[in-house]
Amino acid sequence: MRQTYRYDARAKSIAVAKSDHNYKKEYPTMRKRSDTRIPSSEITPRDLYNRRHFMQLAAGVSLAGLLPKQVFAGDALEADKASAYTLPDEKTPFKDVTHYNNFYEFSTSKEEPAELAHTLKTRPWTITVEGEVHKPKVFDIEDLLKLAAMEERVYRLRCVEAWSMVIPWIGYPLSELIKQVEPTGNAKFVEFTTLHDPMQMPGQRSSVLEWPYVEGLRMDEAMHPLTLLTFGLYGQVLPNQNGAPIRIVVPWKYGFKSPKSIVKIRFVEQQPVSAWMKAGPDEYGFYSNVNPDIDHARWSQAKERRIGDFFKRQTLPFNGYAEQVAGLYSGMDLKKYF
Amino acid sequence: MTLKNLDQRSLQQLKAALFLLALIPCLRLVGGALTDGLGTNPIEKITRTTGYWTLTFLMITLSVTPLRRLTGWLWLVRLRRMLGLFAFFYGSLHFLTYLVLDQFFDWASIIKDIAKRPYITIGFPAFLLMIPLALTSTDKMIKKLGGKYWRRLHRLVYATAIGGVVHYWWLVKKDLTNPVTFALILALLLSIRLYYAAQGINRSKLIQHS
Ligand code: HEM
Repeated sequence: MRQTYRYDARAKSIAVAKSDHNYKKEYPTMRKRSDTRIPSSEITPRDLYNRRHFMQLAAGVSLAGLLPKQVFAGDALEADKASAYTLPDEKTPFKDVTHYNNFYEFSTSKEEPAELAHTLKTRPWTITVEGEVHKPKVFDIEDLLKLAAMEERVYRLRCVEAWSMVIPWIGYPLSELIKQVEPTGNAKFVEFTTLHDPMQMPGQRSSVLEWPYVEGLRMDEAMHPLTLLTFGLYGQVLPNQNGAPIRIVVPWKYGFKSPKSIVKIRFVEQQPVSAWMKAGPDEYGFYSNVNPDIDHARWSQAKERRIGDFFKRQTLPFNGYAEQVAGLYSGMDLKKYF
Repeated sequence: MTLKNLDQRSLQQLKAALFLLALIPCLRLVGGALTDGLGTNPIEKITRTTGYWTLTFLMITLSVTPLRRLTGWLWLVRLRRMLGLFAFFYGSLHFLTYLVLDQFFDWASIIKDIAKRPYITIGFPAFLLMIPLALTSTDKMIKKLGGKYWRRLHRLVYATAIGGVVHYWWLVKKDLTNPVTFALILALLLSIRLYYAAQGINRSKLIQHS
């Protein structure tokens, strides 16, 4: 019954056996938005000229907005390479993954983000990477999509509310992006900031949390190969309610440590103060590693209910990723640094 | 017949209608369970729905006396027992959901919850206090205890209601909208009672002095 995560040669070979064209069979719900657009071969240079001209007139509308390369929620997003990071666990159905979301930017109900998140505009979208780096840069989402090879990774997600899911994410290690900006020696922590726009995110009109949502990781956690810069799930572009167009997934920490709809990544020397730390300093620590031995004031963390199961199961230290990440915390008192 | 003096038949009809209305939340849960319609986390949904209606029926029950005072409709009090028993009904479902569906008789974990989670530390006695009230709700028991003791015993409902609101306040992660709403309603209902109680004292003083 114990489902320890294993990163070994066997897992690798299983994953590799799952070649690209199998994706179509596995995810028959995929559809391509570009199907409904005019094939580029039918666009004459004149059309293009006219469009450009029109665009120059209509200031504020970007050309990128009309190019067929763009992907939106529901569009296919395929992995470029197979990944060793997979699990034998049964995946949580797509409908549950996308209709049970803690995304307070839209609502404190877990059902409502799926209904409300259509107001989020995921294009144009940029991410500002700044702070203690040699090469600060504003990345366009289209460039980030091409920055490194996309992998599908099946991770456990453990919410602090004692429920869990198994989700096939699509993305690449955050370290790929970090390498691009060359952090300085002073960069000890990474701070992530979510979009703050109450027009697009109606939940931000109420002050349940201090907006914008801020989360943070220690540099070695951010650089860890498990930490995924995520663009999709289940072979599709991230649905808005799952944190489109770009989010972080840190599988060995409680879900709130995986910020969604990120607009800024800042490298800093001091430990960032996250939105949840501000909301409840005794309840939500900076590390928030999944730990069955440290109870939360509201929830025992010893067990969890996997969505779809009746019986609860034991929660594993570091959510089952101890083999990979426990070393990051050796010598630390995990009760103190909860 | 006026609203002030409802006849026996109308009262019976009203009671029957209220009975059916009060069953709706329960029937909807049953319907949802049968049709896979309770969402992604059905056990959480059942726990929350039953908890919500326990507190709501407590509030409705507690509003009978103030309403009767304000409107002069004396027959309202004859709905009170049924409403109170519905609060107990949903409270029992709420507790059973926790016991069977959520914890599945994991006594060690339940005892730990009662000891360590403040919202359960207060919710548990709040539920226990409802049991003697339900047991003494029959005409026979009222007679046996006598009006005075019966009324004294049934003041425990205030403790349950306050406990229920505190329970709700402590269990939400961050969004206090609902607990605050219940707290305001309860505060209003209790202050109307205090107001009338104070008036009663004044009146009895007046009588003594005259
Ligand atoms: C044995 C005693 C009780 C236990 C073990 C218990 C347990 C729980 C649990 C586990 C939840 C769900 C928390 C969550 O989803 O995070 C809950 C919610 C709730 N309970 Fe209780 N409870 C008890 C008694 C009561 C009583 C006596 C009342 C009312 C007077 C009550 C009213 C509520 C309410 C209003 C909610 C929240 C519903 C919502 O989220 O809308 N509970 N309770």
